[in-house]
Amino acid sequence: MKVAVIGAGPAGTRAVEVLVRAGHRPVWIDEAAANGGRIHQRPVAGTTRSHRDLYGTEAAKAEAIHALGERLRAASDWRPGTLVWNIRPGVLDTLCAGRHGTIGFDRAILCTGAMDRIVPVPGWTLPGVFTLGGAQIALKAQGVAIGARVAFIGTGPLLWLVATQYVKAGAEVALVLDTTPFTTKARAAAGLLRDPATFARGLALVARLRMAGVRVIEGGVPVAIEGADAVGSVRVRDRAGREHHIACDAVGLGFGLKPESQLADLAGVPFVFDATQRNWVPQHDRAGRTAVPGICLAGDGAGIAGADAAELAGARAAWAAIEDGGGAVDRGEVARLDRALARIPPFRAALERAFPYPATLAARTPDATIVCRCEAITAEELRAAARATHVTGGAPEVNRAKAFTRVGMGRCQGRVCGPPAAEILADALGCDIAAVGRLRGQPPVKPIPILAQAVE
Amino acid sequence: MSATHDVLILGGGGAGCSAALHLALRGARVALFERGLVGSQASGVNYGGVRQNGRHPAELPIARRSREIWARLPELIGTDAEFEVTGHLKLARSAAEEAELADYMAVAREYDLPLELIGSNSIHARWPWLGPRVVAGAFAPEDGAANPRLLAPAFARAARAAGAEINEHAPVSEIAHDGALFTLTIGDRTWRAPVALNCMGYWGGEIAARFGEAVPVAPLAPNMLVSEPIPYFIEPNMGVVGGDVYLRQIRRGNVIFGSGRGTSDPAVPWSRPLPEPTLTAMARAIELVPRLAGVQVIRSWTGIDGDMPDGLPVIGPSRTTPGLIHAFGFSGHGFMLGPGIGAILAELVLDGRTDVPLHPFRIDRFALGSAA
Repeated sequence: MKVAVIGAGPAGTRAVEVLVRAGHRPVWIDEAAANGGRIHQRPVAGTTRSHRDLYGTEAAKAEAIHALGERLRAASDWRPGTLVWNIRPGVLDTLCAGRHGTIGFDRAILCTGAMDRIVPVPGWTLPGVFTLGGAQIALKAQGVAIGARVAFIGTGPLLWLVATQYVKAGAEVALVLDTTPFTTKARAAAGLLRDPATFARGLALVARLRMAGVRVIEGGVPVAIEGADAVGSVRVRDRAGREHHIACDAVGLGFGLKPESQLADLAGVPFVFDATQRNWVPQHDRAGRTAVPGICLAGDGAGIAGADAAELAGARAAWAAIEDGGGAVDRGEVARLDRALARIPPFRAALERAFPYPATLAARTPDATIVCRCEAITAEELRAAARATHVTGGAPEVNRAKAFTRVGMGRCQGRVCGPPAAEILADALGCDIAAVGRLRGQPPVKPIPILAQAVE
Repeated sequence: MSATHDVLILGGGGAGCSAALHLALRGARVALFERGLVGSQASGVNYGGVRQNGRHPAELPIARRSREIWARLPELIGTDAEFEVTGHLKLARSAAEEAELADYMAVAREYDLPLELIGSNSIHARWPWLGPRVVAGAFAPEDGAANPRLLAPAFARAARAAGAEINEHAPVSEIAHDGALFTLTIGDRTWRAPVALNCMGYWGGEIAARFGEAVPVAPLAPNMLVSEPIPYFIEPNMGVVGGDVYLRQIRRGNVIFGSGRGTSDPAVPWSRPLPEPTLTAMARAIELVPRLAGVQVIRSWTGIDGDMPDGLPVIGPSRTTPGLIHAFGFSGHGFMLGPGIGAILAELVLDGRTDVPLHPFRIDRFALGSAA
């Protein structure tokens, strides 16, 4: 049985660990040069910063995942620097070192991770605006800050984590604006206490920022990111309705995460709208099995649950693949994983309640603001496409809106603009967000070069 | 039971939606039925070529007729569907292919199609970015390209505004003919009319078979790709002798090209491009335009059309059922013809005749065997 594990973050690494322990030699693929995933992204070669400096509260986990990855490289068929751009029954289509290729498999565990979810704040297309994840990777992987004076705007644990990491790295943080009011977070505190250690880490982050003298606004909204041809300032409104104009030269923007689930989509896995996290997620059971034979999912790519849950889910999905292939399973270990995984959803639900996606803010994106930056499509163009009087008739769902306006048709294929575009369309149609559907995936999941290479 | 409508149109692709508009404009009571949303399959996700150049001689009268309508789209449907007259350049990559282009010049003259044959030296002087394998070309200045995602929906909206009933999410499953009227039933609703137009693309074969005249139609899923935007330099829409690659660039910068076939399951319906034709399309695109090497492809796609063994559609009256008129099986090149087909079908229904010769497209040509 040939098992392919796609992704080398916390989920993929733990999946490979289990497979190797059970006597398999899986093919293990990641776009990056080394394992760790986005959360534990490796630093640039020659860095002098320690794990503790780079990863803060997550240092011990990062170190463990990195060390495990080093051990597993020889025990697996490790394929770094490889993009899987398509999946079909038994075959992965890949791009590695400028060559197109294929990798066969009997079972695949997709551990494809997550990316930031954005709200198209006016001015978000100015140079100097990054996603929170992008701001974090600049710091961890390249050892640079995105600016000399940075404003962080959004909501979710990553907002506070990245801001703290910037302060710790010596960068000036001009503002942390969380769209979620403190009271909303406080109400969710009871649920968050299901994972007291994580809850305590979160409180420590906020305290550290306030101690460092960082300007913090909770329950405010971003009004605009301003500047002539690059970020010069941000205008925000606090909860009392007062407007603040804050100078900065870069913005980190992010409102929670969305699954990177394109491969699951191409594999034919059915999706369901998860109202708690307000994301479309590929359907799977607690072990990671899907309705598509041979395809298991684990980690944030299967629905946002965080790095700790991803480690558990990766291991669990590997056991599922082993069992489905007729192999012997460590029942005690599986039971332990199942118990641990059962504790995740209530905590995640509390976290989503604590940091909800500001759907109304996204839905009310000003008319002139670009929603789809690849194709330069504004909120007004999208709203116009929803109207029955539009020259093509109205678009009742997102794929039609894409066909009429080109929203989601560019380089990112809707990975960035998809969620806010759906909010705007649903609002314009006056229907539920789930009713406008999700953008259909098409290969390649990321851009691939036109090559003269003969078909192999 | 009396008729509720004059015409039932089965299928909301380019041909069906255009027929709905042309009939409604002349006062006919029309109801159109589309399984999903109008323009969802071959009509909505095709390459977007508006090409007369190189067409089978039998199709040229329809193409000429359709081209007139393409020029009038803004007044007819309120949008030009991004139709741009860029010219179409059909390329030869060998002496044999060049001879084929030369032979076609006589066909073009016969049908008044403006066409210019360009030899090796001139073609590289005029379009210096063409690759060295190109030895000649035939340039049709009236041709161009359009946005297929807009055309059928805009026809449907205009038809609705003209009084046609456009039913989406309305699959044709129950339809019967009692000798005088067609009766179509969906749930507890019933439509009755003396005329039915079969514009169901690949699925038109099922309707034909239901009325006792099965044809050998197969699903066709053309494999197409689009690149990231790059500076605009490829003005003409391009194809090759033999048709194994086609390529154009839109002013926004994206290069749209295709080759070969993806895979599909019309029963779902579901279709998906395949990596092998995708890589082949890339290699052939570089052969035509070497400068495209290294440009990023951002998406590939396909949709389902009906493919006939002789590459020609079925157009014309049923041989078994009075009032049934077919127009399906456009074999991968119906997008350009759709507007004209609608006008021709309206004439067949309301005037009982049309100026365009339809004999080559008759449905019983397959039953005649080799004599056809």
